[in-house]
Amino acid sequence: MKTDIVLAGVGGQGILSIAATIGMAALHSNLHLKQSEVHGMSQRGGAVQSHMRVSDKEIASDLIPMGAADIILSVEPMESLRYLPFLSKDGWLVTNTTPFINITNYPSIEDVLAEIKKFKNHILIDADKIAEEFGSKRSSNIVMLGAASPFFNIPFESFEEGIRKIFGRKGDDIIQINLKALRAGKEFTEKNR
Amino acid sequence: MQKLLLLGDEAIAQGAMDAGISGIYAYPGTPSTEITEYVQASKFAKENNIRSTWSTNEKTAMESALGMSYAGKRTMVCMKHVGLNVAADAFMNASITGVNGGLIVVSADDPSMHSSQNEQDSRFYAKFAMIPVLEPSNQQEAYEMAYFGFELSEKFKLPVMLRITTRLAHSRAGVQTMPLHKQNDNSLPTDLRQFVLLPAIARRNYKGLLNSQSGLEQESEKSKYNNYFEGKDKSLGIITTGIAYNYLMENFQDKQLNFPVLKICQYPIPRKQVMQIVKECKKILVIEEGYPIVEEMLKGYQEAGTPVIGRLDGTLPRDGELNPNIVAKALGFETKTDDRIPEIVKNRPPSMCTGCGHIDAYVALLQALSEYSEGRVFSDIGCYTLGALPPYNAINSCVDMGASITMAKGAADAGLIPSVAVIGDSTFTHSGITGLIDCVSDNSPVTIIISDNFTAGMTGGQDSKALGRIENICIGVGVHPDHIKVFKPTKKNMDEMIQVMKEELAYQGVSVIIPRRQCIQTMKNKVLVEKVKELGL
Ligand SMILES: Cc1ncc(C[n+]2csc(CCOP(=O)(O)OP(=O)(O)O)c2C)c(N)n1
Ligand code: SF4
Repeated sequence: MKTDIVLAGVGGQGILSIAATIGMAALHSNLHLKQSEVHGMSQRGGAVQSHMRVSDKEIASDLIPMGAADIILSVEPMESLRYLPFLSKDGWLVTNTTPFINITNYPSIEDVLAEIKKFKNHILIDADKIAEEFGSKRSSNIVMLGAASPFFNIPFESFEEGIRKIFGRKGDDIIQINLKALRAGKEFTEKNR
Repeated sequence: MQKLLLLGDEAIAQGAMDAGISGIYAYPGTPSTEITEYVQASKFAKENNIRSTWSTNEKTAMESALGMSYAGKRTMVCMKHVGLNVAADAFMNASITGVNGGLIVVSADDPSMHSSQNEQDSRFYAKFAMIPVLEPSNQQEAYEMAYFGFELSEKFKLPVMLRITTRLAHSRAGVQTMPLHKQNDNSLPTDLRQFVLLPAIARRNYKGLLNSQSGLEQESEKSKYNNYFEGKDKSLGIITTGIAYNYLMENFQDKQLNFPVLKICQYPIPRKQVMQIVKECKKILVIEEGYPIVEEMLKGYQEAGTPVIGRLDGTLPRDGELNPNIVAKALGFETKTDDRIPEIVKNRPPSMCTGCGHIDAYVALLQALSEYSEGRVFSDIGCYTLGALPPYNAINSCVDMGASITMAKGAADAGLIPSVAVIGDSTFTHSGITGLIDCVSDNSPVTIIISDNFTAGMTGGQDSKALGRIENICIGVGVHPDHIKVFKPTKKNMDEMIQVMKEELAYQGVSVIIPRRQCIQTMKNKVLVEKVKELGL
């Protein structure tokens, strides 16, 4: 089984920490992995994406073909729409609802959310708020990953293991906060899908 | 030996370290930067004295690597594709001198220009220099090619190019490592005149290079990275190079692939296999990431007049990066056609960070220039290039590293006075100093703004060779100290900055203005912050 994920956000929002956790989770489940990142120029407040492919079989392309992604996982609502051409018919669009506004012509957030709702399989989650509720705004990206986790062909325990590996050096408190974030995201999706 | 999760860049660095390099030389440049950074961060490299600090530019890097090779050690030099233009003089002549210790030149191309001024294909340079190229199709091959590339280099006594593109450089996958090779001992070339390119010796060496070509071709023909896959359906033969192979295979995940396929990852082109596929098949499709270099050569090889299709006839787009869908179309497969992005999605171009010192410098410059007609600001390559975008619209050129100063000079020579150059500190030491000498020797009426943020910001905050040296360099090459002005670019200092700029713009000679404030993205770099304090900057 494969899972193809497009990760989306704005340069500086740290989507690579999500990618790293998925990578660890895939490794823990003994799966093949290819993850293509964007570095350099586009880091400066521009749109960034990462293609992440996880499979039990060998993976050919580093890039996901159009119309083939199982998940768009976006930490910013407008950015989630930028990669719609990649999403498969039955794919899931999982996005944070907090906008990142660094351009003058950013559309109204209501219009953006309305556009997302046109797509039948969507999860809209205010990850910043959920993360803040247990006192760590910085783990909102992990809330997002949790919210997308039910759509992966990777067991949830592998994500937990990924968190332990990625945040291992930062101490047990940080691990616990991020495990909480992961679970909170997952619960949200289970209630709202 | 272990399995690691590595970027293509990191796989190359790991492969080189496992192959026993004694040093790596590089100037940063996307998408090649992470190769050297991986070595710089490596404990193993530190313990084994593998030198890895940044070079001043790609030419100095290439030459230092050649020197290390002369002394018998294995070494790697890394750059982005346009960096090879800067290193080209040394690079071309290194194929004539040949090497002693194994030498790999990594050139990272950027098709689709994700963060570059052009999408030139480094394989042309290798062909020009007549040296072998290794072009990995995946991270494992990237590792192995770095690992085995040194043997190839030492066997033929030639530099070897390792060519990658952005996609592989910045994509992560599992990599199996190989047993550690110990570093070479010091040893001088057996012929101590090998590197003396006096015409008589160069002619002899060049003949040697020509004579080694057939050996290189045979090496390609038996390379484990060039593979001929038989296929029953001879109506089409497919040749792929490098990473393009993956996009082909992506299209056959749930279909049988019946066409013969030649996967090329080592050059010179394996003539035998190419002749075989051309003879066997009615038509040849060439899929390559980059310029249609194999396609063009194939048209020259042709015997039976087999049609060759690819980027040149429009079967594939002539420019830009490949992807699975583009390749599907070339194969005549149906692809998802609805690639519309909802209209509501607005462009989000990269921009300078809020609070960046370059911004304040531009605001002041625009004010100071308001009394002159527009179109006189020559800029350069770095974060400050983003001053080209709204709301600043502040610059009129960005061509190649260092070109701001020399273009401003040329324009001033032509009568555009004042002419202004805007250049970063790292770019200044990379290629700006020589141009400044030209300005001084003609006393050209140019105002040169060296926007000093103590780092190469654009590529992620690498060390700048200019740190603490800019004024001394300028004085040293002959700029009058009265016309070297330094200030801190902040809102508070705006009036003073504008005033200073106005005065220097009016001055009919060379002036250097240095707005100086640390790049805010490097504030967490304790070593740099300490050094800046120590230098009193
Ligand atoms: C020949 C060449 N080498 C490397 C690069 C990659 N590159 C682009 S900008 C840059 C750093 C510029 O640093 P600096 O001039 O200090 O400006 P900053 O980005 O800090 O504002 C580098 C290394 C390039 N474009 N061309
Ligand atoms: S990275 Fe540094 S130099 Fe570049 S825009 Fe940001 S603050 Fe300015």
